[in-house]
Amino acid sequence: MKIAIDAGACIGAGQCVLSAPAVFDQDERDGTVVLLQPEPSLNLRNAVLEAAEKCPARVIEVDE
Amino acid sequence: MTVTTVESQEMPVFPLARPARCPFDPPTEYRSWQQDSGPRQVRLPSGQLAWVVTKHDEARASLSDPRLSNDILNPRMPKLQPFASSSANNPGTLAFIRMDDPEHARQRRMLTAAFTVKQTESMRPMIQELVDARLDRMIRNGPPADLVSVFALPIPSEVITHMLGISYEEHTFFQSNASMIIDLTNTPEEAGRAFMALTDFFGEIVSQKEREPGDDLVSQLLSQRVATGELTREFLVTMMRTLLIAGHETTANMIALSTLTLLRNPEQLARVRDAGDPALIANAVEELLRYLSITENLVYRVAAEDFTISDQLVRAGEGVIISLPTANRDATVFESPDKFDIDRNTAGHIAFGYGVHQCLGQNLARVELQVAVPTLLRRLPGLRLAVPFEEVSFRADTGTYGVHRLPIEWQPYQRTT
Repeated sequence: MKIAIDAGACIGAGQCVLSAPAVFDQDERDGTVVLLQPEPSLNLRNAVLEAAEKCPARVIEVDE
Repeated sequence: MTVTTVESQEMPVFPLARPARCPFDPPTEYRSWQQDSGPRQVRLPSGQLAWVVTKHDEARASLSDPRLSNDILNPRMPKLQPFASSSANNPGTLAFIRMDDPEHARQRRMLTAAFTVKQTESMRPMIQELVDARLDRMIRNGPPADLVSVFALPIPSEVITHMLGISYEEHTFFQSNASMIIDLTNTPEEAGRAFMALTDFFGEIVSQKEREPGDDLVSQLLSQRVATGELTREFLVTMMRTLLIAGHETTANMIALSTLTLLRNPEQLARVRDAGDPALIANAVEELLRYLSITENLVYRVAAEDFTISDQLVRAGEGVIISLPTANRDATVFESPDKFDIDRNTAGHIAFGYGVHQCLGQNLARVELQVAVPTLLRRLPGLRLAVPFEEVSFRADTGTYGVHRLPIEWQPYQRTT
């Protein structure tokens, strides 16, 4: 599972951090998404898919 | 493609009333429109026509479509709030939440650091202290009490004033003026006056922070954004006013309605009250957000160009209202959507909206609700309504749903003599 993000289009809502805190964080300066694990293990799959689904700006792409 | 041929005589006038017996449910008509494909055309009190989106997938698609503009200066924007046509719409002092990108994104991004998950989580102990202090006072004064005025309204007010570095003594001033702006029954003149009063007040706060900077959001924005020329002083004043209004009345209504909802569902109330598990409380709050979806008539846009919602053509200049409460009761997404169930999977609810305008303060609201509601239930044993449920007065015709007052009583502590 590979994750790609578009931090430039991120609105800093933080939904990804609530869904998968091991994979996503927010930049301290502007709240935009920081990818902690670009290729997380499969046990985080559901959390990552939920993060991508909830993202209001649709900036998380998951390639399974 | 469907061509609009609905006769104006049979066109419903928006907003419709909620069912009297189920004040937590969206208007029955909106639920029936959910069965149609595409949005439903309505007439607004202003005389304008607009489309109402009630389905979850269409709501999400509409809210993330850049062809739907949130620019309040567009003269064809649906007029649902009294100040929509007042003097508050001066381009130099416009709220970023009623602008389109890129300017909306530019200003919003100056604020996002203050509302991240981590930042708002770090405010939890401070919020707990404020909640406990309010409850201490309620317990000292004893039952009965109006939950709205002694708890639900003061808590978000105290939190936002803390963030902005403003003394809490000014809170009654905020409350009356913020309510005037949001109340759809006020005249544009009344709403405009309240708007200007808040603007003047924040102008003074900014001057004060220029003289004596503190450890607060206003001072940070002054030194990091105004001093660098990224943000005008006028826009900073508008930002403060926007944060106050957005962060105050909404959360207050959620605290009051959440308490009322749990009082109507005593078994679930007991589980929230006695839960040692933060995950149970967090999911209960998400379900309260979904079930209540209080921003009922606040989310509306205007088509900047022709586009379609499902098969319905929406022409440039036509208004679109997205009914969040109805979308959050969409049976294709939420099983038995009218059932309040703190154990359900709440993923996908759009109580905070969707798209680039999704609520900036959502994580702060979550922490406030996760602290305020369970603490209230724990510290006021035997909490109950002090009037029959039928006598609770719900707020109709405001952008944000809520109750005017919530009379409550509880078992006072026994004094040992």
